[in-house]
Amino acid sequence: MTATLSRRGFLKSAAAAGAVLYVGTNARGAIAAADTADAMLNPFVKIDSNGNVIAIVKHFEKGQGPATGLTSLIAEELGVTMDQIDYEFAPSNPNVYNNTLFGPFQGTGGSTAIANSWVQYRTAGANAREMLIKAAADAWGVDASTLDIQEGVIAGSGKSAPLGEFVAAAAAIAPSETPRLRDPSEWKIIGNEATRRKDSPIKVNGAAKFAMDVHLDNQMVVMIKRTPQRGGTVASFDDSAAKDITGFIMAQALPTGHGVAVYAENTWAAMQAREALEVEWDLSAAETRSSQEIRDEVLTALQQAPVYNVNKADQAAVTAAVDDADTIVEKTFYFPLLAHAPMEPLNCTIEQTADGDIVLHDGAQMPTGPHMAFQQIFELPAEKIHIKTMLAGGSFGRRATPDADYQVEAGLAFVMTDRTRPVKLVWDREDDIRGGYYRPAAGHKVRVGLDSDGSIVGWEHQIAGQSIMKGTAFEAMLVKDGIDHSTVEGVTENPYMIPGMSIGLTDTEKATSVLWWRSVGHTHTAYVMEVMMDMAASAAGKDPVEFRLAYLSGDKDQQRKAAVLKLAAEKGNWGKPADGNVQGIAVHKSFGSYVAEVVEISGNLDDGIQIEKVTAAVDCGIAVNPDVIKAQIEGGIGYGIGHAMRDQITLADGAVEQSNFPDYEPLRISDIKAIETHIVASTEAPTGIGEPGTPPSAPALANAIAMLDLRVAELPMTENGVYFV
Amino acid sequence: MAISLKLNGQTHNVEAEPGTPLLWVIRDELKLTGTKFGCGVASCGACTVHLNGEPVRSCQTYIEDIEDAEITTIEVMDQDKVGAAVQQAWLELDVVQCGYCQSGQIMSAVGLLRENAKPTAEEVDEYMYGNACRCATYQRIRDGVLRASEILEA
Repeated sequence: MTATLSRRGFLKSAAAAGAVLYVGTNARGAIAAADTADAMLNPFVKIDSNGNVIAIVKHFEKGQGPATGLTSLIAEELGVTMDQIDYEFAPSNPNVYNNTLFGPFQGTGGSTAIANSWVQYRTAGANAREMLIKAAADAWGVDASTLDIQEGVIAGSGKSAPLGEFVAAAAAIAPSETPRLRDPSEWKIIGNEATRRKDSPIKVNGAAKFAMDVHLDNQMVVMIKRTPQRGGTVASFDDSAAKDITGFIMAQALPTGHGVAVYAENTWAAMQAREALEVEWDLSAAETRSSQEIRDEVLTALQQAPVYNVNKADQAAVTAAVDDADTIVEKTFYFPLLAHAPMEPLNCTIEQTADGDIVLHDGAQMPTGPHMAFQQIFELPAEKIHIKTMLAGGSFGRRATPDADYQVEAGLAFVMTDRTRPVKLVWDREDDIRGGYYRPAAGHKVRVGLDSDGSIVGWEHQIAGQSIMKGTAFEAMLVKDGIDHSTVEGVTENPYMIPGMSIGLTDTEKATSVLWWRSVGHTHTAYVMEVMMDMAASAAGKDPVEFRLAYLSGDKDQQRKAAVLKLAAEKGNWGKPADGNVQGIAVHKSFGSYVAEVVEISGNLDDGIQIEKVTAAVDCGIAVNPDVIKAQIEGGIGYGIGHAMRDQITLADGAVEQSNFPDYEPLRISDIKAIETHIVASTEAPTGIGEPGTPPSAPALANAIAMLDLRVAELPMTENGVYFV
Repeated sequence: MAISLKLNGQTHNVEAEPGTPLLWVIRDELKLTGTKFGCGVASCGACTVHLNGEPVRSCQTYIEDIEDAEITTIEVMDQDKVGAAVQQAWLELDVVQCGYCQSGQIMSAVGLLRENAKPTAEEVDEYMYGNACRCATYQRIRDGVLRASEILEA
């Protein structure tokens, strides 16, 4: 079979043997085909003649739901039930499986999995449906418009057949450029609360394979002894004690100098041998600052004029408006470094095939990153490198670093061998907690002026912190006029109609490696915006919900934010807490979605606080998988609140002080007694859900605690006057 | 040292150094990967298995101490009445997100329900406290245990 090309659209083909129908795009959005499954140009949906349907999922699954979500989009359009479709993760190919919101880059992040696939995956499913229907219509001699596919059966005009029967014939039909997408009235899966996760069954019986579960024949396990202070390098090492460990193979310094790779027959041997390894470090160029110095630098920057005028405001006029106001509400905030600490410590496995190709087995959040890095490390063209995406045990951003940090470590550890044995790089929890790439420390200083009616007349907002994007491959895309958007997002583009707002930014010096962390800049900007709104409401003598609504009465963006605020207040019994309890509320838009949360707490500052209930309302556009959305809100709340309660990464003389869960304590089951989520019905295109639940959670808790007369402006709360039961 | 290990109803002869955590024998030697490595210091519960029917942290259980014990892992929980009920409840409620901690959660939940067939929400929280879930699926874990209790009662 020869390639059939058209200008744009989708690809179809049949493997002559096995009759498999593929639908997907190729490099330039063109239609292409080939005659074996292996040569196919990366489909989104694959159907064989037995009627087995497989959705090819371009986003990795870290629990946030794309294995279910993207599969739902295909199943809905094609006309199969969720039980009649399976999924596979896509190979690494940014020309085909790119994130349509990222450009020519394959990756998961920014809560975009459903948003960027919404049209693409439905179109792929619809195209497969139309081709199968056309094949059946031709065979039956009936009008294609009389046929549909439901529950895997092509039927109409008195005829019916399972869809597998027409796979071979359908593969010979040119796909439509613009297939008909099903009307929402036809949807059976999208929006259905009863749709179950596709990955649940294998995750309750131990069958699920995470990257950590990869075990290749003859593999070596590598652990790396890393410099205790960023910038330190290996001066020398002594592995004589390691040689006494059964299973130890060898130790070699990485060419980067930041650590020594210890190779062993298994994980336990690698752990013990690394422990036995003695390394002399050259710390002459290493980081020596403490967290106190980082904090001082941030707070000092806030006392000075900002370097960047983020919103091009007339800063002097805003300052004058605040100065002249009847009441000035003022607060300075500080947020510490945070680790992501996904449940599955970082790891990946590399092997070389008989053809000299390199295969990476990885919970790959951004396959294009390691794919590009490996081209350099192994001096191979892109097509000789393959990435097999495994399930990921969480990420929260950590598995996506602009420099592919852990995959590069594994690549270097492998390239230094004769490549006859696969290398599995394993981090332990200590490596994870101490491994850098933290949510940057950040500070805000805000002054809000209120007139005699309690209305805002000026809002002066300064932010200082270490830029995430500067110095990375993402700088060109995400830093404009020197302003790293990820440091200010959430203060900027906030739907509140605030008159006279100035936003200033000062970057602080690089003290450690930093990274996006579930909801990125919104982790601190939402806290500040929502605590300040609460303080302003209090100063104005107004109800916090009513006060906020006064600034949300304009366009659709504001109305959507207002709607979730009102819904959360209603469902959370706002203003009517149980006896002895107090409440706080916060609302924030991030990643295109709107979330409001009411936190109700019991207890007091002396005896301790218990979070009794969090009630959330979310508008993320069309709710593709409502139960997954609720789960993401539940998880987002827990992630935000857990860290705000008691977590921080601190440095002493440049070295991280925390090491494992005992001193970077996760949220525990008893910390939040109940969470309830309500979804706003919407006809808008789907927006993010993995992250938006996190931003309002900590400020809603802080606003509840403020009812006990403690305004927490520095995190974590446990270090700033709050005791939790 | 040579160890004879009774695991999931079978006897396995393995070679391991004294001091080797059971976790790594299960994962690296027996290649049963449902039992997870999370922290290595008994602080997260991802490595929970049953030792003579009781949940233990396999990362802190040493190979020389368990020669005569019966070890059970997540891979055979479907053959256990309580285990099957917990798995069913987990599926009904879609408890999992990333899923990495869930083997350990389920092993602990089974331990709880064997000890206390009708726990209250507070008792669930108390018993499950040591099983961390970074996705924070706790609401559904709590509801899942309570649902499994109902299933067992039915």
